[in-house]
Amino acid sequence: MKILGSEITPYKTYLNRRKFIKGSLASTMLATVTSSAFANHDSDLSIYTKNLNENDKLNSYEEITTYNNFYEFGTHKKHPHLNSGNFKPRPWTIKIDGLVKKPQTFDLEKILSNVTIEDRVYRLRCVEAWSMVIPWQGFQLSELIKMAEPLSSAKYVQFVTVFRPEEMPGQQKRTIIWPYREGLRMDEAMNPLTILATGLYGHEMPNQNGAPIRLVVPWKYGFKSIKSIVEIRFLDTQPETSWETLAPWEYGFYANVNPNVNHPRWSQGTERRIGEFKRRETLMFNGYEEEVAHLYKDLDLTKFY
Amino acid sequence: MFSTKNFNRSKPVLFILILFPSLLWAYQFVTGNLGVNPIEKLMDELGLMALRLIIITLMITTLSNIKPLKSIVVLRRMIGLFAFYYVCLHFSTYIVLDHFLDIQFIIQDIIKRPFITFGFISFLFLIPLASTSTNNMIKRLGFKLWKKIHYLIYPVAILASMHFYVLVRADKTEPVIYMGIIILLLLHRIFKRLTRPQLAQ
Repeated sequence: MKILGSEITPYKTYLNRRKFIKGSLASTMLATVTSSAFANHDSDLSIYTKNLNENDKLNSYEEITTYNNFYEFGTHKKHPHLNSGNFKPRPWTIKIDGLVKKPQTFDLEKILSNVTIEDRVYRLRCVEAWSMVIPWQGFQLSELIKMAEPLSSAKYVQFVTVFRPEEMPGQQKRTIIWPYREGLRMDEAMNPLTILATGLYGHEMPNQNGAPIRLVVPWKYGFKSIKSIVEIRFLDTQPETSWETLAPWEYGFYANVNPNVNHPRWSQGTERRIGEFKRRETLMFNGYEEEVAHLYKDLDLTKFY
Repeated sequence: MFSTKNFNRSKPVLFILILFPSLLWAYQFVTGNLGVNPIEKLMDELGLMALRLIIITLMITTLSNIKPLKSIVVLRRMIGLFAFYYVCLHFSTYIVLDHFLDIQFIIQDIIKRPFITFGFISFLFLIPLASTSTNNMIKRLGFKLWKKIHYLIYPVAILASMHFYVLVRADKTEPVIYMGIIILLLLHRIFKRLTRPQLAQ
């Protein structure tokens, strides 16, 4: 019944491309290479659909890459697609600091050589009451956390998005306080459902979807799944998060998908699945109740929304 | 150049120009060319158009105070009725396409969500304006009463811009610009009232 690609698909095309990119000198060539060399990948959808829930259908690559909330590239849904052409996702490093054995900066290539990339088909539910089903490629966040070696005093993980106003035109305007920040409780971060995604539909992560690496936490509203991560910090107190700072009465730290807790602007009882005409019921924890409900058994979800 | 006759002559062109977007969006909606979330897109476009037309009707009144543009006021009724037309389309998109006539849910939504409350009241206030727009109605009500009823356009404009303001999540520039224009237009009216004491006495 659930969308959980627990099964590890050997990801040939994806890995081959990783090698190719490593060997490529001109980073400007990447864009063309990405689109032409892997255009055939999504023709074989069975790789993803075998993990699909019977009530769900994959959203198309076009839907997933032309309708985005990524305010770094502008506040309209089409802006990330239109304005992200100058963004350079390589080379990329992630700084690890806070309560860890040794603060350090990882090269993305190094991280990727130490993890297993798998397919994960997840529902994504936006706080604005629309949703999609997306075939991600990525690895469990827990793998990176193990590499980071946090101290036992670390109870929370904070994530920070890159700040490059010259490449991200939305950041030239103070719509929200840059850089974008998000956070998870340690047990949420370690949950097997939580991944760092580096691709979708077998393509390198498109700029508008959070290239080169982004968080995906499928049981929480989309804004928790922070994009283009450059820093991961381990803390003993609950970190500030961007939307909560901007409007705490609207967005909480937890932001679990919950049809029973309404948002002042959107009823969270129903949602529009992109590509469908009629609204559908929103599922508790976006349908991942079995995997994550135990994390919150002692928490009043109407208070900690 | 800005004679009543010329303004009247421009009406058919203006009529088609203002009607055209709604036909285009309807066509794009039916043919699936309104993007990935067409219902949302349709609703947003219709609502924005309605708000802009409401502001234009207020502007026309202000512009008609400038002597050479006095006659522009003959365009006001048509544009006001078009504002109502777009509000109706916007509202029916919300009811029919967005919520599939789930009346119970819609009532809850109107009560619970301030931005929908603002939008809905604004829509209600527009009904008496639209229904008293004919010359015959002006005669029947008398100009004074008719004018009083049509002061409703002020709360309509303010509520409509608040409806938009609250809806926007982060970058409030556009709704703030609209609110600013509305406030300036209202201030101009207040100023005008205060500076015509001879007539009042």
